[in-house]
Amino acid sequence: METRLGDLELTLTPQGEDALWRFSLTPARLPSFARAIRDEGGQLLALWGSDGRPSGGSFALDTVFLSSLGLIWARCALDTDRPAYPDLAGLFPQAGRMQRATRDLLGIVAEGAEDTRKWLRHDAWAADVYPLRKDFDAAAASAGGGGDDGYAFVRVAGEGVHEIPVGPIHAGVIEPGHFRFSVVGEKVLRLEERLGYTHKGIEKRFEGMDLVTGARLAGRVSGDSHSAYAWAYCQAVEAALGVAVPARALWLRALMLEMERVANHLGDLGYLGNDVALTFGFNQFWRLKEDWLRLGAQLFGHRYLFDHIVPGGVAVDPPSLDPLRVACVRLHDEVAELRSIYDEHAGVQDRFAHTGTVRPDLAARLGLAGLAGRASGQAWDLRVQYAHAPYDQLDVRMATGLRGDVAARVELRFVELAESLRLIGEIVRRLPAGPCRSEVCAHGQNAEGLGWVEGWRGPVLVSVHIGTDGRLERVHPHDPSWQNWPLLELAILGNIVPDFPLINKSFNLSYSGQDL
Amino acid sequence: MTAGILLQLAQTLLALLLAPLLVGWVNQCRAWMLGRSAPPLLQPYHTLRKLLHKDVVLAHDATSLFRFAPHIVFACMALAAGIVPTLANDLPFSPAADVIALVGLLALARVFLALAAMDVGTAFGSLGARREMLIAFLAEPALLMVFFTASLISQSTELPHIVERLAHQEFALYPSMAFAAVAFWMLSTAENARIPVDNPTTHLELTMIHEAMILEYSGRHLALIEWAVALKLFTYSALGIALFLPWGIAPRGDWAALPLALLVLVAKLMLGGAALALLETLSAKMRLFRAPEFLGTAFLLAVLGMLVHFLLEV
Repeated sequence: METRLGDLELTLTPQGEDALWRFSLTPARLPSFARAIRDEGGQLLALWGSDGRPSGGSFALDTVFLSSLGLIWARCALDTDRPAYPDLAGLFPQAGRMQRATRDLLGIVAEGAEDTRKWLRHDAWAADVYPLRKDFDAAAASAGGGGDDGYAFVRVAGEGVHEIPVGPIHAGVIEPGHFRFSVVGEKVLRLEERLGYTHKGIEKRFEGMDLVTGARLAGRVSGDSHSAYAWAYCQAVEAALGVAVPARALWLRALMLEMERVANHLGDLGYLGNDVALTFGFNQFWRLKEDWLRLGAQLFGHRYLFDHIVPGGVAVDPPSLDPLRVACVRLHDEVAELRSIYDEHAGVQDRFAHTGTVRPDLAARLGLAGLAGRASGQAWDLRVQYAHAPYDQLDVRMATGLRGDVAARVELRFVELAESLRLIGEIVRRLPAGPCRSEVCAHGQNAEGLGWVEGWRGPVLVSVHIGTDGRLERVHPHDPSWQNWPLLELAILGNIVPDFPLINKSFNLSYSGQDL
Repeated sequence: MTAGILLQLAQTLLALLLAPLLVGWVNQCRAWMLGRSAPPLLQPYHTLRKLLHKDVVLAHDATSLFRFAPHIVFACMALAAGIVPTLANDLPFSPAADVIALVGLLALARVFLALAAMDVGTAFGSLGARREMLIAFLAEPALLMVFFTASLISQSTELPHIVERLAHQEFALYPSMAFAAVAFWMLSTAENARIPVDNPTTHLELTMIHEAMILEYSGRHLALIEWAVALKLFTYSALGIALFLPWGIAPRGDWAALPLALLVLVAKLMLGGAALALLETLSAKMRLFRAPEFLGTAFLLAVLGMLVHFLLEV
C-alpha cells in the first residue's frame, strides 16, 4: 500500500488481514519517520534488536508504532561491523530503556542517546559480551560476582536532601526491584528505578525451541499475563506460517484473556484496599478472586488457565460454560457492592484522590500505555482500535479517565472489570461451534510474524522469527511495563514517601516481563 | 503496707501475663470482623516463645545501645503497667509515680527505641524514628492535657486518687471527661501504632512507623519489644479504664472485692479490645501528613475538656 504520513511517502506491506503494516527503512531515515508518526499523534510501542548474520542477513533494529494507519512494524537493517542507529529517545522518551537493553544484549548502539548507562546488565556478563548475538558462548562468559556494580544513580544535592534505598529485597514477598528515593523530609524530590534483577535470559532460551514449547515459555514471561503472552505468541506464529485458526478457538482465547483480566483486576483492587489498611476490602476481593480461580480450575483444569493457548488454536474445549455465566452475574453484583464501599469511604478516597497523578499531557509525551495510560486520557486499547477476531465482533467499550491519579486507576479497574464480565457473558452466549485447533506445520522457509494483544496491564507484543528448520530463531516479547516504569518515577514526584507503595500498586507493573 | 506492696507486684505481674492475651483477643476480633478464621487466642504467647528461642542476628554496625534498648523499653513498659490501678487502688508506688511520671516513662521508652532504630544506620530505622517522633511530640502534650482534665476533678495527679474520686465517692457526671475520653481514644491509636495512624500488620516498609524502627531486631530482642508493645496496649487500656470506666476497681484495703475486680477488668478489656478491632476494621490508614491534624484535634478536645471543667464543674 502506498501512503503518506506527514511528508513521508511510505510503502507498507500488510501482514495477513490484520491492521498491521510492515515497512523497511534505512537507519538514517528512522528519525524523520519517527517524527512523522509522533506529529500525527502516534506512539512508539516496542523496540528491539536481532542478529540475523547466521542466516545471511545483518543486525537489525525493529520498532513497532501505534498510528492512525494501524500498527506499523518498521525494520532497519544495520551495519554488520558497527551496528548503530540514530537515537529515538529524544522523540519517544520511552525508547530510552529499550535502547539501553538492546545495547546490553546485542551491542547495537543508539547514537546520540543521552543516557548510555547499562540497563539489564548487572555484572553477570562482561561489557563487551552480548548474550543475544548468535556467536555468544555461554560457557566462555564469566559470571560476575554480586554486590555493588557501581551503577551511576543520579544524585540530588542540597540542604537536607538524603537518599532512601529500597530493595531489591523487600519486606513483603514481591518481585525484586531497586528504588532510590531522594527526599527532603518525607517529600520525594526524585525517584530512580533500577531493574533487571529478574533477567533470566528468556529471549536466548527461545532460540532453537520448537513452536509448541515456545508457547509454554511465552506464557511464562510474566505469569500474571499468561493468556496475553501465549495468545500474542501464537498469533505471531500463525501469521508467520499463514495458519487459519478456527473461529471457536479465537473466541475461547478471548474468553481466557478476559478471565485473566478479571482475576488480575480483582486481585489489584484487593491490594489497593490493603495498602490503605482497609483489610476488609482485601479480604473481600481476594475471596472473589479465589472463587474465580477455582472456577477456572473447574472449567479449564488450571487456576490461571496455563498452557491452553497453543499454536493453531486452544488445547482444551470445556463441555459447558454455563457456570461461568452464573458466576459473572453474581460477581458483577458483589463487585458493585464493594465499589460503593470504596467510593463512599472517606478515608479511602482521601488516600486515593490526587495521589500519584500523571497528567494527560505528560502521559502523551512519555507514551504511558495500557490501563494506566487510559486513566490519564490516553485512549489506546488494542481490543478497540486494532481489533482482531473475535474483538472485531464484540464491540468493546473502552474506558478512559482524565485525572490520572490512583483514584482514576482504581475506577478504571472497576469499569474494565464490569466490561470484561459483560464480554465473557457475550462470548459464552455467542461461542461458535466447530473445531478448536488446526494443524500448524512449518514450511521450511524463514518466516516472521507479530502478535499483539491488549492484556490486563496494557498492550503485549510478541514478535516471532521462525528459521528454515521450523524452529524459533528469535522471539521478542514486549511488556507494557517498559513504557510505564519511567512514568512511575514521575508520578511519585511531589508526593510523600509513605504514599509510594500505593502509587506503585495502582500501576502494578511487571518486573519479570521487562527484565526478560 | 506489705499487703500494698504485694498487691502492687501482683498487678504488675498480671499486666505482664495478660498483655499478650489482649493482643491475641484484638487479633481474633479483627479476624472475625473481616470474615476470616481467627488465629488462636494464645498465638502471641507462642510467638514470644518462638522468638525467645531464636538466635539474635545483629547488624555489623550495631552498638551496645542497640542491644540494651529492648531491655530498657521492656522495663519502662512493665513499670508503667504497674503504675496504673487495674485491680485495686492500693498502690504504694503512686506517690512517687503519678501520671506525669507515667508520660515520662513512655517517653523514655520511645527515645531509646528511636535511638536504637537509628543506631544501625539503615534508611528505614531513621525513617521510622523520625516519624515516631513526629507523632510523639504531638501526642505527648495532648496526653498530658487529658490527664490534667482528670486531675482537675480529683485535685491530684496520682492515679489512685483519681480513681478514688471518680469511682468511690459520690457519683457525678463530668462533661469534661467526655471530651477527654475522645481525645484519649485518638491518642491511644496513635501511640499504639494502630489504624488509622499506623498499620501494625503491614509489610510495606515505606509506610511503616513503629515497625520500621524494629525491622532490624530479631530473637529475644524482638520478643522483648513485642512484649513491650503488648504491655503498652495493656497500659493504655488500663489507663482508659481507670480514667473513664473506673467502677469495679477494688477500693483501698478491700480484699474481698478483688475477685470481682478481676472479672470486671477482663470484661472491660474484652469490650475495649472488640471496640478497637471494630474501629480498625472500619477505617483506612490516613495519609501520614494527616496525623498532625488528627493529633491536633485530640489536643484541642483535651483542652476543651479542661475549659468545660472550669465552665461547668467548678
